[in-house]
Amino acid sequence: MAIKGAIVVDTAKCKGCSVCVANCPTQTIALSKEVNGKGYNFAYMENPDNCTGCTNCATVCPDAVITVYRVKI
Amino acid sequence: MDIKDIIKPENKVYAKTPILTDAVMHYCPGCTHGVVHKLIAEVIEEMGIQDKAIGISPVGCAVLAYNYIDIDWEQSAHGRAPALATATKRLNPDKYVFTYQGDGDLASIGTAEVMHACNRGENIVIIFINNAIYGMTGGQMAPTTLLGQVTATTPYGRDAKLNGYPMKITELLAQLEGTCYVTRQSAHNPAAVRKAKKAIRKAFENSMMEKGTSFVEIVGTCNSGWKLTPVKANKWMEENMFPFYPLGDMKDR
Repeated sequence: MAIKGAIVVDTAKCKGCSVCVANCPTQTIALSKEVNGKGYNFAYMENPDNCTGCTNCATVCPDAVITVYRVKI
Repeated sequence: MDIKDIIKPENKVYAKTPILTDAVMHYCPGCTHGVVHKLIAEVIEEMGIQDKAIGISPVGCAVLAYNYIDIDWEQSAHGRAPALATATKRLNPDKYVFTYQGDGDLASIGTAEVMHACNRGENIVIIFINNAIYGMTGGQMAPTTLLGQVTATTPYGRDAKLNGYPMKITELLAQLEGTCYVTRQSAHNPAAVRKAKKAIRKAFENSMMEKGTSFVEIVGTCNSGWKLTPVKANKWMEENMFPFYPLGDMKDR
């Protein structure tokens, strides 16, 4: 059974610390080239196909801006 | 499968706990304080004790903790959080009382308060964030600063002859009869964060069992004070902090 996941980042609150990028086991997340209202390069799903919804990124996020979804297909 | 089909309320597996307010935290990007605030809020939500928890915020970066966790708070004078927690718990024995202190607050000006609160075995939880530096005031040397570590006040590195040795406050407190649970955790990767959450939950549960003081140290980073990126700061912490401040339970009874 395959598992697919996805994350939603609160881009207005993300500070672009990239701790989630370093802790993503599937290299799904990267920092965007655009910036948010505070001038931070926020996190986004660069490779959405890789995401398994493991919640590692959300667990280490210091600002609790990541919501994780997971579905079995 | 399209992302829109995955992002549905019934597939949600992790979201910000409602105990955390919507205020944007003032902490620097990647600061450990944010992670620990989140863990405390999640433990409070899981235990269903939002109306029974009273936090005591320190002086330091975490002084504004009351803006972020939606429970009752008090704010103490520098280092005096354990004294305030003692009074609060004795007057309200049915409440979960915890202090949240950094190393500049707890290990320096507040050493006497924390020692005696632990020695009296007050039924409180003490959360101690150790990042080996005074973060809020601009990265000066703290009692917990490692030997050789460069800070604003030790530009050539901490020298034992001039500045003394780094203090292992958690080991000291484990010697006292009044403490029931003394542990050192970290929050640099998902496994460590999950372990730290378990430790915080256990400490909160202990505080209702009249067993004594529960003390949870969390070794954290201060990437602004250390002049490193958040990811490099986590690596520096693993390489330099953990050998001197080993993780694990020191006492559990």
